Amino acid sequence: MKQFSNRYIFGFSAVMVIAVATLLSLAATLLQPAQERNLEIEKKKSMLESIGVPATRGNAQELYNKYIKESFVIDSRGETVEGIDAFTVVLKNEQKKPADQQYLPVFRATPDDNEKVIILPVEGKGLWGPVWGYVSLRSDMNTIYGVTFDHKGETPGLGAEINTTPFESMFRGEKLFDSETFISVKVKKGGADPADIHGVDAISGGTITSKGLEKMLYDCLIKYDDYLLKNRN
Amino acid sequence: MENLLNIFVKSIFVDNMIFAFFLGMCSYLAVSKTVKTSMGLGIAVVFVLLITVPVNYLLEKYLLKKGALIWLGEGFADVDLSFLTFMVFIAVIAAIVQLVEMVIEKFSPALYNSLGIFLPLIAVNCAILGAALFMQEREYANIAEATVFGVGSGVGWLLAIVGIAAIREKLRYSNVPDPLKGLGITFILTGLMAIAFMGFLGIKL
Amino acid sequence: MNNQEREPLFSAKNLKLLTDPLGNNNPITVQVLGICSALAVTVKLKPALVMALSVTIVVAVSNFVIAALRQYIPDRIRIIVQLVVIATLVILVDQILKAYAFDVSKQLSVFVGLIITNCIIMGRLEAFAMANKPWPSFLDGLGNGAGYGIILIIVAFVRELLGSGSIYGYPVIEKLGAYSAGYENNGMMILPPMALIVVGLIIWFQRARNKSLIENK
Repeated sequence: MKQFSNRYIFGFSAVMVIAVATLLSLAATLLQPAQERNLEIEKKKSMLESIGVPATRGNAQELYNKYIKESFVIDSRGETVEGIDAFTVVLKNEQKKPADQQYLPVFRATPDDNEKVIILPVEGKGLWGPVWGYVSLRSDMNTIYGVTFDHKGETPGLGAEINTTPFESMFRGEKLFDSETFISVKVKKGGADPADIHGVDAISGGTITSKGLEKMLYDCLIKYDDYLLKNRN
Repeated sequence: MENLLNIFVKSIFVDNMIFAFFLGMCSYLAVSKTVKTSMGLGIAVVFVLLITVPVNYLLEKYLLKKGALIWLGEGFADVDLSFLTFMVFIAVIAAIVQLVEMVIEKFSPALYNSLGIFLPLIAVNCAILGAALFMQEREYANIAEATVFGVGSGVGWLLAIVGIAAIREKLRYSNVPDPLKGLGITFILTGLMAIAFMGFLGIKL
Repeated sequence: MNNQEREPLFSAKNLKLLTDPLGNNNPITVQVLGICSALAVTVKLKPALVMALSVTIVVAVSNFVIAALRQYIPDRIRIIVQLVVIATLVILVDQILKAYAFDVSKQLSVFVGLIITNCIIMGRLEAFAMANKPWPSFLDGLGNGAGYGIILIIVAFVRELLGSGSIYGYPVIEKLGAYSAGYENNGMMILPPMALIVVGLIIWFQRARNKSLIENK
């Protein structure tokens, strides 16, 4: 190996840094639109799933425009906040704010059975990392129309079962309120009584994930408490 | 405080770098022949994680994240350098490892003699970069949490490598089938240890 | 350097570079390199396949680049140069996956980044590319990447078939009607420890067939 002068080494490093920087910024700039579109489609797809519309990556955009007509942001007292696009609200960032300053997104949708539903985003923690999802409510603002959940790294076969249809479909028809009191839906270890309108079966072997999910539903949905009570019909 | 303790215990036992994520396997397999050397390497890993994780945390917070450069002025609010994450993390790790090596050599030759040979190995130890990336992905709330996570991961790794080294020392007296000797049996043993560690799953303080 | 005779692109020697790592000089089971980031993605075949492909591309291309530059790289900063080349390639792979293979990139999460510290890459750069011409280095990279990929895919195949009862997402066991006959998936296979044990068994199998690989201690 020949010896190189310090000047050469500095020159070499400088050229290398510039070349690499150019290449990477170029790639990042070129690929960013595609990456952002992926995230957007992903979000729309899960919202559609929560109202029982199976979407693929290809048609999510189109179906979203067809079914989800309106979105707005409310605050913790249930008042509408003007000038914020509900779709761009990042729940995780909102949850770090004090409760009375959080923006709460609401999406209105009309599935094929003409029920007027609202879709509410939820986000919390499972065993290994974040879990999130969407809960859609019937127009009585009490009965669950559908849910969809997703997770970052729950154990496959155990906690990861939360994003499977058998688990998600148990939520359909469950109720959030007991007359005026907010109860949310509990996840019962060992199986819930079928007559229990506030409980579903926990995932066997996925207790921590199930508990995290239960807490997520409670914490996120209770913030909509005032809004839901006010808009009952 | 309770939260910190929780992160610490979790990163040692539940999210163990070796048993749950297989990170740092290369040096884990190569250096685990005697307890003494693996102890040295383990301590070096803890030490390097203790320094690199918080440093990377600060870089992530004030340089890489979308909108992180806002402290430079409003105009930087939209700058997103997150695509440079890997590059910055690995450069920081390599630089810190080098620095630590020089500092130790200068101020404590005794420590350098026992730890020094392992330091160059560590720059490319997946556990170090892995800890930085997990720190980023899990979005720890403050630097204390990140540091505790870093140290915990290191301690978990130390525990794993010392454990397997102790078993391998005893293994010399066992009658292992020839084709399984060395690497094969080490893998299987690690698997069995990992199963034992799964008993900690779901632990919460 | 140039006094060697020009050899054809796929001479016997070059082919050997490509095929050796698949078996008797496999990076995982024989050279003990690159196990780190590998096993965590072997629960299902698809992410394992993408991971194998990404690693192969990164090893081959970085081998090529470093071999082409080897006479210009100052010795004192060669590790940094190698890391920069690897990191650049990995970032590119990561960005491309995020843009065009979003679902898989979600499953791979941090493990794409960990390709940077995959010892196979550094190992091959130091051991081969720094001393050889670009083309053989490229082949060596391809070979080692593929050798690594094969183990990944075997492990993923076993774990997916026994753990989830499917192959590449296709529910084989269900179609065979084994569930109604009382068969159950082995949930243990999905958990991390089984990846290690499966690799251990592969090593056992390989060494039982090729006695020269047995470690004498």
